[in-house]
Amino acid sequence: MTPSATMSPGFRIVLRTITCLALVVIYAPLMLVVINSFNASQTFAWPPTDLTLDWWRKAVDSQGARDAVQVSVEVAALATVVALVLGTMAAMALQRYRFFGRDAVSLLIILPIALPGIVTGIALNNAFRTVFGLELGFITIVIAHATFCIVTVFNNVLARLRRMGISLEEASADLGASTFTTFRLVTFPMMRSALLAGGLLAFALSFDEIIVTTFTAGAREQTLPIWIFNNLFRPNQAPVVNVVAVVLILLSIIPIWVSQKLAGASEGLAGR
Amino acid sequence: MNQTNNASEGTLVARLLAALRRFAAALPNRASAVLHRRPRLRLSLLIGPPMLWLGVAYLGALGALFITSLWGQDPFTGTVVREWNLDNFRLLWESEVYRKITFRTVGIAAGVTVIDILIAFPVALYMAKVASPRMRNILVIAVLTPLWASYLVKAYAWRIMLSEDGVVSDLGGLLGIDTPGYGLAAVVITLAYLWLPFMILPIYAGLERLPDSMLEASMDLGAKTGHTMRRVVLPSVFPAVIAGSIFTFSLSLGDYITVRIVGGANQMLGNVVYDNVGAANNLPFAAAVATIPVVIMLVYLAAARRTGALENV
Repeated sequence: MTPSATMSPGFRIVLRTITCLALVVIYAPLMLVVINSFNASQTFAWPPTDLTLDWWRKAVDSQGARDAVQVSVEVAALATVVALVLGTMAAMALQRYRFFGRDAVSLLIILPIALPGIVTGIALNNAFRTVFGLELGFITIVIAHATFCIVTVFNNVLARLRRMGISLEEASADLGASTFTTFRLVTFPMMRSALLAGGLLAFALSFDEIIVTTFTAGAREQTLPIWIFNNLFRPNQAPVVNVVAVVLILLSIIPIWVSQKLAGASEGLAGR
Repeated sequence: MNQTNNASEGTLVARLLAALRRFAAALPNRASAVLHRRPRLRLSLLIGPPMLWLGVAYLGALGALFITSLWGQDPFTGTVVREWNLDNFRLLWESEVYRKITFRTVGIAAGVTVIDILIAFPVALYMAKVASPRMRNILVIAVLTPLWASYLVKAYAWRIMLSEDGVVSDLGGLLGIDTPGYGLAAVVITLAYLWLPFMILPIYAGLERLPDSMLEASMDLGAKTGHTMRRVVLPSVFPAVIAGSIFTFSLSLGDYITVRIVGGANQMLGNVVYDNVGAANNLPFAAAVATIPVVIMLVYLAAARRTGALENV
């Protein structure tokens, strides 16, 4: 018996209709962005009367956009590395040991993402400036992003460790391998795809973040979202922003494809 | 003479280096042996760095924020005055404007969450229990993809869609729907759109864990579809719904960008915080405002914990 036979045919049709409608609504704004990147009208008049490639040419030449992309990639890469290390350590500690305050620790890891971004942003802004005396800039963005990225790695690794069990690690130890050798040859290879899925999510989260970033970025550094926000309402730049958006939509297919290939759907999505 | 001295020095250095190298080579083994014998030490080495980062730095920052909210601001110089008082909170409590903004923000967050649950549940149910395995994978990707597209661009796309002569009034006109224009409705629509995947995915994961045999058993025992939904499916995905709502609620609660793009002149709590950090430079008051969403979220998380939803996040 197929699973769908457990519901009445009418109900299945209702579900299918709602799903189709939802997908139309999900993709309509994205399609609009794609179409508008060719729309000759600078104010995106609908429907478009004339098409042009000018915006694409302008976007390729935009130094501001290219600099912002570079900053965003560097921030996201560093934040992801920190999140990978700290998230894996926390997941191993919580999965392999029972200790006092374990629940509190797991709550603490979720907290930076469960609390509204504005709270994390202003708390870190205040701490950086008044407590640590740091000047806001590149490094403060990385610290802030890593803080809320830890949870994605943590969740993915935790799920993997839970499924992995400890018998293989015990076998390795019984055969005389040291703690480090066991980690290098047994634990790490089995966690690799979970690390990749968690790392990809962390990277994406950091790459697209704006709320925490505005509070921790200072005046000089511009990540891509900040550049987009600053240019969104400038009539001359809005069409260029549209092109950047299309490129981002297209690029987003790569990480999704990779995580699908490596981790399987249910685990990749457990991240956030 | 000089030369021999050099030579003996050389051998000494070489011998020292060799000893050091041997020690270094043995170190991992020795460390490993120590670690193997002491699980508590292993645990503290593992949990130490994340706790320093989150427990000390992050919690410390939140604590410092709360302390700042109990300070005041010199109205003339704009500097923070470190005198303990509850003036900021009194102002928040007594001011009609801030109370209104708080209720509006919570109302928006609740509205977004309800809309997302109503859309996400049927979609997730279709994905998990009706669609073929191949279709299921395609749908998961289709739901995930927009998550990676820029948040700002999606909000801006809605601004364009909802404009006077935009797509919504253009196509909606055929069905007799007019664009709501820029305002609270537009904010709720846009935020519900932005956070929808965060609701679909946990519910889908929860439904996937629900064995088909449960549905079959319910049907074999004579339950109609509606009855099976109410008594079998809904109770089992409830924790997943709560898990998803943590994101939709919290993300909406702290938002100040979407409301600036599609909200017209309306303000949310985030705008008050942002304006007080930036233009007004009144950090103590901004900190006091920021404690409102923190308290709301902590109550929400405490309630969510009782349902076991946090295991699903």
